[in-house]
Amino acid sequence: MTEKELKVKPIKNGTVIDHIAGGQALNVLKILGIGADADVSLSLLMNVDSKKLGKKDIVKVEDRELKEGEVNKIALIAPGATINIVRDYEVVDKYEVDLPDMIIGVIRCQNPSCISNTQEPIKSRVLVKGKNPVVLRCVYCEQPITENIADYLI
Amino acid sequence: MFKRRHVLSMRDFSREEIDSVLETAASLEPYAREKSTDLLSGKILALLFFEPSTRTRMSFETAMKRLGGKTINLGSAEASSIAKGESLADTVRVIGEYADALVIRHPKEGSARLAAEFSPVPVLNGGDGAGHHPTQTLLDLYTIKKESHLENLSVALVGDLKYGRTVHSLAYALALYGAEINLVSPPTLRMPEQIRTDLLGKGTRVSETSDLSEVINRVDVLYVTRIQRERFPDPLEYSKVARSYRITPENLTDVKDGLIIMHPLPRVDEISPAVDQTPHAVYFKQSFYGVPVRMALLKMILDGGQDGGLECGGEIRGTSKDRSKDRSGGWSG
Ligand SMILES: [Zn+2]
Repeated sequence: MTEKELKVKPIKNGTVIDHIAGGQALNVLKILGIGADADVSLSLLMNVDSKKLGKKDIVKVEDRELKEGEVNKIALIAPGATINIVRDYEVVDKYEVDLPDMIIGVIRCQNPSCISNTQEPIKSRVLVKGKNPVVLRCVYCEQPITENIADYLI
Repeated sequence: MFKRRHVLSMRDFSREEIDSVLETAASLEPYAREKSTDLLSGKILALLFFEPSTRTRMSFETAMKRLGGKTINLGSAEASSIAKGESLADTVRVIGEYADALVIRHPKEGSARLAAEFSPVPVLNGGDGAGHHPTQTLLDLYTIKKESHLENLSVALVGDLKYGRTVHSLAYALALYGAEINLVSPPTLRMPEQIRTDLLGKGTRVSETSDLSEVINRVDVLYVTRIQRERFPDPLEYSKVARSYRITPENLTDVKDGLIIMHPLPRVDEISPAVDQTPHAVYFKQSFYGVPVRMALLKMILDGGQDGGLECGGEIRGTSKDRSKDRSGGWSG
C-alpha cells in the first residue's frame, strides 16, 4: 500500500497517529487503553513501506483527540510519530511527539533492586538521555532503560 | 561549593570538585592520625546502616570524632526492624531532625538519592546496594594521588568488572584525569559495554584483556577486586579463574618500581599475604585514607559558620518539596 492509497479513507473527526515505528501500533493501542472490546472506530495499518522509517504503522482513532499524557507515552515507544488532529475531515493540528528531559511517574525502572520499585512515597523519575532511539536513565539507581519500554509503562 | 550539599554519586562531581575534596583531605590528614580538631564541635552525624558494613561505619565515626563532632548510631538490627515497618522516607525525615547530616547505607540501589529528597539535612551515601559508594571512589583517588600520581596514569582494573559498581565509578572518575585504563577480567565478568563506550566517548584510552601478564609490567596502579564464588556455577571453574588473577610476589618481579597495588578490602585470596611486605602494597593505607577523605567531606558540608545554615537548609528542603516544580519541561503522568 502506498501513502496515496492510505489517504483514501479519511476520518471525519479524531486523531491520526502516523510514523509509528513498524510493529509498535499495538503498544500504541495499549497506551490509549484500546482493547479488543473497545467501542471505538479504529483503523490500524501495520508495516507499511515508509521512506523515513523503512516500515511504519499508522493508527486512526475516530471521535477522539488524544490527551497530553497519552501523547507523551507514545513518544516513549514511537519516537518520531506524528499526531494529526482531524475535525470535519480537516487536519487542524499536526505535530511530532517529543520527549522532555525528565519523565515523572510514567515509566517504571527496570531494575528490581531499585528503591523506586518499593513502597516508598515517590513517583518513578527517569532522565531522557536520548530521544531517538529512546534512552532513559533512572534518577534513583542510575541504570539505563533502553529495551522493552512498553512493558514498563505505568 | 559544598556547604550543605548531598554526596550521593560520583556523577555529581566535577574534576575541580574532586580536586578540592582531595586537597582538603590532605590538609586534614595529620588530624586523622593522632591529633584531633574541634572544627565540628557541637555537630552531630547520624549513621543509618540498614545493612552491616562495619568498616565504612567506623571510618565515618572516626572521621566525625576526629573533627570534634559526635555521632548517633542506628545499629543494623534496629535499622532492619525500622525498615520493615516504616518507609525510608519517613525514617530520614525523623532522624534528619536529630542530626546535622546523615550517612546512609542501604541494600536498595538509589536509596541515598531518595533519602536526600526527604532529609532536612545533607545525606552522604555510604553505599547503596550494588549502586554507588562515592566515598570509596574518593578515597581510592586520594590513595592514587598520594601513593602514585593522578596525571598521566596507567591503571589496571582487575577482577570482577561486571558487577562491581565501585570499579565503574572509579573508571569514570579516572577518565576525568585522562588515565589510560586497562581492564583485566575473566571473559564472563567483563566491564559492561555501555561503560566502555562511555569511557571511549570521553577520549579515554581503554584496553581489555583476560590475561593479567599482558599489562602488569607497564601500569602504575593495580586495582584488584574480589571475584565472587557465586558468579561461577562450577566450583572448579571458579578456582581456576581465581588462581589466574591472584597476585603473588612471583607476578611482581618485573613490574614498575613505583607500582602500587590497591584493593577495597576485605580481601579473600586475591592478593597473597606475602605481597603485604612489598613496597607495592598500599591497601591498608588506602583503607586508612578513608578517614581523612570522609573528614574532608564532613568539614566541607558542615563547617559553614553560624549564618549560612538556615539559608542553605531552606535550599535542601526546597529540593525535596519542589521535586516536580524544578524539573523544567518535565512531565508527569
Ligand atoms: Zn532505578
